[in-house]
Amino acid sequence: MRHIEEEEANPRRDFLITSALGVAAAACGSAVCSCKSKSPSEGEKVQLLSPDGELVEIDSSELRYAHKSIVSAEEARIGIPGRKFVMVIDLARCNNARKCVTACQKMHHLPEEKEWLQVKLMKDSPEAAPYWFPKTCFHCDNPPCVKVCPVDATFKRQDGLVLIDNERCIGCKFCMAACPYSTRVFNWAEPDLPEEISCMEFSPETSVPSKVGTVEKCDFCPDMARIGQLPDCVTACPNGVFYFGDQNEDVVTNGDETIRFSEVIKDRGGYRFAEELGTEPRVWYLPPRDRIFPVERGLEDLPDNIKDRFKDIME
Amino acid sequence: MKISSIGADVLRIFAPQMERTSKREKVWIAFLLVVMAIAAYALYLQITIGHSVTGMRDNVVWGIFIANFIFLIGLSYAGAFIGGFLQLSRVQWGKPLIRMTQLMTLVSIIVGPLFILLCVGRFDRLHYLFIYPRLQSPLIWDVLAVITFLVGSLLFLYLGLIQDFAVYRDANLKFPKWQQKLYRWLAINYTGAASQIKRLNTSQTLLAIILIPLSIIVASILSWIFGMTLRPGWHSTIFGPYFVLGAIYSGCGVLIVIMWYCRKLYKLEAYITQKHFTYLAYMLIVLGAGYGYFTFSEYFTSWYGSEKWDNELIHKLFSASEYGWWTLFANVAGVVLPITVAAIPRLRKPGYLALASGIMVVAMWVKRYLIVVPTLETPLLPVQDIRPEYVKYSITWVEWAMSFGGVALFLLLLTLAANFVTLIPVSGVAESVQAGTQNTQKQS
Repeated sequence: MRHIEEEEANPRRDFLITSALGVAAAACGSAVCSCKSKSPSEGEKVQLLSPDGELVEIDSSELRYAHKSIVSAEEARIGIPGRKFVMVIDLARCNNARKCVTACQKMHHLPEEKEWLQVKLMKDSPEAAPYWFPKTCFHCDNPPCVKVCPVDATFKRQDGLVLIDNERCIGCKFCMAACPYSTRVFNWAEPDLPEEISCMEFSPETSVPSKVGTVEKCDFCPDMARIGQLPDCVTACPNGVFYFGDQNEDVVTNGDETIRFSEVIKDRGGYRFAEELGTEPRVWYLPPRDRIFPVERGLEDLPDNIKDRFKDIME
Repeated sequence: MKISSIGADVLRIFAPQMERTSKREKVWIAFLLVVMAIAAYALYLQITIGHSVTGMRDNVVWGIFIANFIFLIGLSYAGAFIGGFLQLSRVQWGKPLIRMTQLMTLVSIIVGPLFILLCVGRFDRLHYLFIYPRLQSPLIWDVLAVITFLVGSLLFLYLGLIQDFAVYRDANLKFPKWQQKLYRWLAINYTGAASQIKRLNTSQTLLAIILIPLSIIVASILSWIFGMTLRPGWHSTIFGPYFVLGAIYSGCGVLIVIMWYCRKLYKLEAYITQKHFTYLAYMLIVLGAGYGYFTFSEYFTSWYGSEKWDNELIHKLFSASEYGWWTLFANVAGVVLPITVAAIPRLRKPGYLALASGIMVVAMWVKRYLIVVPTLETPLLPVQDIRPEYVKYSITWVEWAMSFGGVALFLLLLTLAANFVTLIPVSGVAESVQAGTQNTQKQS
């Protein structure tokens, strides 16, 4: 057991463990096994192959997934004390590598076609130069979605985040109609999830697992923040486009570089998208000035189905 | 219970079908049940597979169901408004129409809300609306409005029926035993004593006084589900009155169609006269002109101001390749046609009016669709999705099936009601008809 604890931080190990479980679940067959019978009881031992080729036996309760809720549902509604999360997105650095999109999908067990984080190609006027525009949930301080929710399923926390409790959501989609940024997505059918994911306990902080007939969206990965880590999109980006941080501390970081939030907004002309709507987003953009990449770079190596999305603008 | 000879005539007209359901009617009911069974199958698919069987997707999150919802709920508010007005104003000519408006009110407030339920992803959590309600949400306002209205319109109908139930009870007709018992029970020992009449009148007047402003409030609340969002075509200060007027206007149209049909079916020419159609035609002109004015000022201001987002929507609504033809139909058939027919004396006849109203009702439904769908297809950010169903909404057979199922339920409830009560009040109608005939004699 000591051996395991030492290596707990090793992401590769986690990956191996997850895959091993995935195989076990697949063998079980989702139609036969109910969530109850599958949930590993404490004391049950699982055999796994360690990274250095050793066969080790660990307690099944030690298994970790990419996202696991740490706090109770009640705490998840309150937020992390003293924090005021904020994101800065540097449009000058984005070349539509889409690593943020795929990382988000992988970590939240989303299918390929469901994008909580989208990269749009924007062209503000016929003469303007097109630019890549990654869009997360804006976690507005005056959120139109929260206002209209009839059952308190989506809520605003003290730390600025807007989250969804999909155990509460009745699926009326009013929040989707109210959000002017098309941020929210709906589970139109039963999500196709491996059993060990669909049986996980849901937390508004992880937004996993997806549930049919409910609404979901980008959550800024507050469970990662609780253990002092950055959201998946931030760490996955090869160009350091996303800066995530705390407005109270006035600091944001993209993993490589840590900067003062107020300074970068001042020096680089930071703005919020569609400020005139009065929603007060918590996401700030730095205009695409002195770009690192030409915009066409974003179209290279794209599968056709994604390239086609931008046809209208690139023509 | 004593009734006038005219009341007895009315009862004689409706008695056969109240006593026994005719073969023709059984076939009709069976047909409606078949339509509803198909709808039930569609509903089964929607529940077991998910909302993916509908045309709704992440951009157009609401579709035909919400259009049906607005339409039917509006009908109900209209019925209460018109019925309340007829009750309060005590105009004699209105008496024969009250029952029909009350039935229309009740039936549409039963069927309408079913359509908003069809938009809800989790039926199993509907009770959360009562366990965890958030009063800030216009949807909760609407839940309260609909429930209040359901109770109100049921009471309004029932109060108007008590005297009639007493008549049916004492009429010595060949009702089945259970039906006779039910009439006895529903008549709550009404004997026509002076104190009873007084109490009944007071309650009806009070209820009418409540229902008229209530119907304005709840129609506005309905509009605020849209008006409170930040979307072009929805986020408008005139949406409340626009919906109130639209509701009463289309309700007036449906009432004309129902009147015409019942008059023909039951040969009610003596009770529902040209005068009724004429008065409703005047109403149609006023309401239609008001509605047209609102529509014009809504489109005109957003076109003239031409903000980018508004402009995109206006372009969609008016370009021939998108919704242009539908917009044209909704406004010509929905406003111009009925006003024209109602305004020209030679055309102001029951048949023409019913035809124009029927077309207007369809056009007003299309108008509701044009309020809901094009706006949702015009998000602020470009859609940039190549899945066609995510870009443009198209109605699937499942949605059509359930929509027609709703219409079938609407007609079924009306049919059943017509088999249980007289569509024209038996009591109280006497004086009005006499007054009516005197008037016509004077005119001629």
